[in-house]
Amino acid sequence: MPPTSPASPPDPFDSYEPGGYFCELLRDRPADGGAAARVRARISAIGLEALRARAAAAENDLINLGITFTIYSDSTAIDRILPFDCIPRILTAPEWRQIEAGVKQRVAALNAFLHDIYHDRHITNDGVVPADLVYTNANYRPEMENFPVRFGTYVHICGTDIVRDETGSFLVLEDNARTPSGVSYVVENRHLMSRAFPDILAGMRLRPVDDYGRRLLSAMCEIAPEGIDDPQVVLLSPGIYNSAYFEHVFLAREMGVPLVEGADLVVENDRVFMRTTGGRRPVHTIYRRIGDDFLDPTVFRPESMLGVAGLIGAWRKGNVTLANAVGTGVADDKAIYAYMPRIIKYYLGEEAILPNVQTNICREKEGLDYTLANLESLVVKPVGESGGYGITIGPRASKAEIEVARAALIADPSNWISQPVINLSVAPTLTENGIRPRHLDLRPFAVTGRETWVLPGGLSRVAMKEGSLVVNSSQGGGSKDTWVLVDETVPADFNQGGSAI
Amino acid sequence: MTRDTPLLARYAESLFWMARYLERIENLARLVDVTQTFESPGRETESWLAMIRINADEEGFAKRGMEMTAENVKFFYLIDRDNPTGIPASLEAARTNARTLRPLISTEMWMQMNVFHRDMLAIREDELQGDRLSRLCSRIKEGVQAHTGITEGTLFRDQGWDFYQLGRLIERADQTTRLLDIRYHLLVPGGTEERLLAELTQWGGVLRAAAGYHAFRRVAPPGFTPRDVVSFLLRDTCFPRSVALCVEQMEFHLGQLRSRYGLRGTVAALERVEELRAGLLGRPIEKIIADGLHQFLDGVQRDLIMLGAEIGTAFFRDWRPLAEAATQSQSQG
Repeated sequence: MPPTSPASPPDPFDSYEPGGYFCELLRDRPADGGAAARVRARISAIGLEALRARAAAAENDLINLGITFTIYSDSTAIDRILPFDCIPRILTAPEWRQIEAGVKQRVAALNAFLHDIYHDRHITNDGVVPADLVYTNANYRPEMENFPVRFGTYVHICGTDIVRDETGSFLVLEDNARTPSGVSYVVENRHLMSRAFPDILAGMRLRPVDDYGRRLLSAMCEIAPEGIDDPQVVLLSPGIYNSAYFEHVFLAREMGVPLVEGADLVVENDRVFMRTTGGRRPVHTIYRRIGDDFLDPTVFRPESMLGVAGLIGAWRKGNVTLANAVGTGVADDKAIYAYMPRIIKYYLGEEAILPNVQTNICREKEGLDYTLANLESLVVKPVGESGGYGITIGPRASKAEIEVARAALIADPSNWISQPVINLSVAPTLTENGIRPRHLDLRPFAVTGRETWVLPGGLSRVAMKEGSLVVNSSQGGGSKDTWVLVDETVPADFNQGGSAI
Repeated sequence: MTRDTPLLARYAESLFWMARYLERIENLARLVDVTQTFESPGRETESWLAMIRINADEEGFAKRGMEMTAENVKFFYLIDRDNPTGIPASLEAARTNARTLRPLISTEMWMQMNVFHRDMLAIREDELQGDRLSRLCSRIKEGVQAHTGITEGTLFRDQGWDFYQLGRLIERADQTTRLLDIRYHLLVPGGTEERLLAELTQWGGVLRAAAGYHAFRRVAPPGFTPRDVVSFLLRDTCFPRSVALCVEQMEFHLGQLRSRYGLRGTVAALERVEELRAGLLGRPIEKIIADGLHQFLDGVQRDLIMLGAEIGTAFFRDWRPLAEAATQSQSQG
């Protein structure tokens, strides 16, 4: 009998089959300089079993570090980690150039739009965007009318949700111009990756992500009221019971500024102070992570315990800056989203660098009729919601669910938009059944003071359930470390210190 | 030199309370440990009853509707999450304060707190039995000591450190008076040589619970008596858990707040500390004992409560309405 050769462990990618979807790792992209192939080979060399053990240890680290968010349901609160997938998502330098330029363009358009609708209203007078869509929008804030903001920046922190279709084209799914969250995971995922999987990262030339806090602080200082030399910046959080509290802590630490709650601040003579052991100290810029409605009980919701009485008055007097500005919600509304390509064209005279997903506006008869006739093949979304709530995905919905959506559409058409189902790209993801394709999106973060800076990469959110398209953390989504490869074709300082790790 | 790094009043308060709760946890573990050593066959309940009494928990224990047995008292302090004065609730409160302080404390402090918290929530009733109880107490003490060490080595030394230390020292002084009091409650009149020896054995247990046994033997006169033990625990400023050393250090930290950080409002607290010191050291130990040790310890405990309130009024109160501050300090104190 011939000797049997020792069985080598099977390649964990053997059973990986992305089907017709664009695979973020295996699709051939010459511009990656072989990075994806190296990652794949390294993961294969580690093997499934070791990969699992190390991934479990890494997730345990997250629990011990308290890198968690809180889910509230049925009056219970559970601390969860954002599931971390150890197989990175890679963006090549040219891909990132497009995303970065597209995000900057979008932020510029959003700010121009907000300035216009709160001042001269050209865009609605010219009929490019329907006036009632803007001025009767629940997120439109009359308090903002004719109110100047520094550098015309309303959206200081913006998160742009981007997906990729089966051809590999990037499409914008949504703008988040209020208080977008998730940036802490971008940085923490990289830390986790370098602690738990240094062998996957070794030698990779990546754009760094740990510059976010410094950039954010610079922007917050730039936008402080004029004439303040050494502004006091604070981060205003709803407090320890908020689901994103970890992120608030992260940002306060990275900026080196106090994390305050409403009760820490007091307004006197239209000036904002924080309560310290040594008495009251002036505050000049507030990065607020609470919604417009809760900022000032004397102006908005009177029952709000999170805000600060008199804050809006101090702000209108120009004694304090709020980031983001009040009233940005009108710009990231799903109804306005449909007009974004036209808004970009109107203000910047450019085509959108990152196109929209085709969107049917149900408040318009044409859009409603088309949506009702094609419910089975469309994604129906409520406007003004976030977090993936209230969405019906036609091809995945039962007959009964379709009828529920139909009834809701007919009852209040202007509350809805619809879009074709995008065949979201997939990435190899470690699951109970081995390495499997999972759908994902990308949320880059842009910081704008005088100018806009985009954190290289962003948060790649992964739908951990097989076939699922819902990537939101509140719905069980996970995340991946997102790599932007250093651009070898431009001088080193353009890559902002990108170097081998 | 006055340093000008502002500290949110809320952070200062959280540092103060986080330290207090953790110190309380360590001392509860010490008390449980020493109480067990006092158990004598057939009279177990009495020792545990004393523990309830010195913590002034009679009412709280009655509310839980449990029979007064050794098992129930141990459960009450080590497992019962609904007992606000027990270890689980104290640890929960410490962790909540730590969570508030996350922008300020080191990642290592937070991580240890999380792991300790998870470990403590997993305590099962069978760990309260026999020799396992003492091991459990060691584990609890070590959890707090790990926190203390990590804090010493990683917490930034601005004024927050002084508030942290004040919380710890006030609680530690208070707990030492309670540890002394537990012995008082067992005091049985009479003065035979045999009784004296039995008493000294028990005082040895108290000293061990306070980790002071060996140090005491080094400084104690030949032929020492219980009076010397009381004096050591109250007044020896070389002993880390003595009330006098705690008071001396409180004075130091209050002084730092005033001189180094230019904080006004330390006057009342410094006066209170001065009174405490005079009460402790101003008359011979024989006189303190003759006038009634229990009453004396009660007085010290009251002064410590007032001191905590004065620090709160001076530094923490401003960030929330007065009325709320009053209820808060009651429920926490």
